[in-house]
Amino acid sequence: ENGRCTTKLESMGFRVGQGLIERFTKDTARFKDELDIMKFICKDFWTTVFKKQIDNLRTNHQGIYVLQDNKFRLLTQMSAGKQYLEHAPKYLAFTCGLIRGGLSNLGIKSIVTAEVSSMPACK
Amino acid sequence: VPGSVVCCSSQNYPLYIRSVPTENELKFHYTVHTSLDVVDEKISAMGKALVDQRELYLGLLYPTEDYKGYGYVTNSKVKFVMVVDSSNTALRDNEIRSMFRKLHNSYTDIMCNPFYNPGDRIHSRAFDNMVNSMMMQVN
Repeated sequence: ENGRCTTKLESMGFRVGQGLIERFTKDTARFKDELDIMKFICKDFWTTVFKKQIDNLRTNHQGIYVLQDNKFRLLTQMSAGKQYLEHAPKYLAFTCGLIRGGLSNLGIKSIVTAEVSSMPACK
Repeated sequence: VPGSVVCCSSQNYPLYIRSVPTENELKFHYTVHTSLDVVDEKISAMGKALVDQRELYLGLLYPTEDYKGYGYVTNSKVKFVMVVDSSNTALRDNEIRSMFRKLHNSYTDIMCNPFYNPGDRIHSRAFDNMVNSMMMQVN
């Protein structure tokens, strides 16, 4: 039940991400490479959707990127720390889909997962 | 004065085709196809960093004696191709650019329509109306 819920949220996020990316990249220049696209997601995309940028972007330059948001908007209203940790994944599923949909429309196939160890920060 | 507008997905299948009929239908379609080939060439050239192309507008792709093809590729790899009659010399570059902008804007609206499934043929009255008004402008 919980799993189906998360999957549904993620796929809704996917479709929304596709549309959002189309609108956001309508007036931007052509992207140079994958890193360029990831920077766009971390800065412009995140700012337009969550009113702040990603705090930290790390990559192994082999296709894995870790985006860290220290004050994730959808988690800030829950208690800081570990109290409602088990409920956090629901709130992250849609956003994972958002990123996956956005990347997909830009030609990048991806798997997007989220990890929360201490709210409201998440990766 | 005949003209044609084609919108192609990133996988190169057509999402939207509109042509004002012409006596030489075959030659017309030929120009559309070769224009799409030129678009693909330009895109792969960009990928290998042979051409630095930050703009989405590709410009004149394929001038034949009868027709001229223009191209535009979005960041989401959707291709727009416009073919106009070569005798239409009144059409300026910035007019073509603005027509592609209109196409891109309308396509974005379609993408944001939750009832539209990406990759499907485009069946939209708003889109049709926009293309109609564009073709009347060309003629």
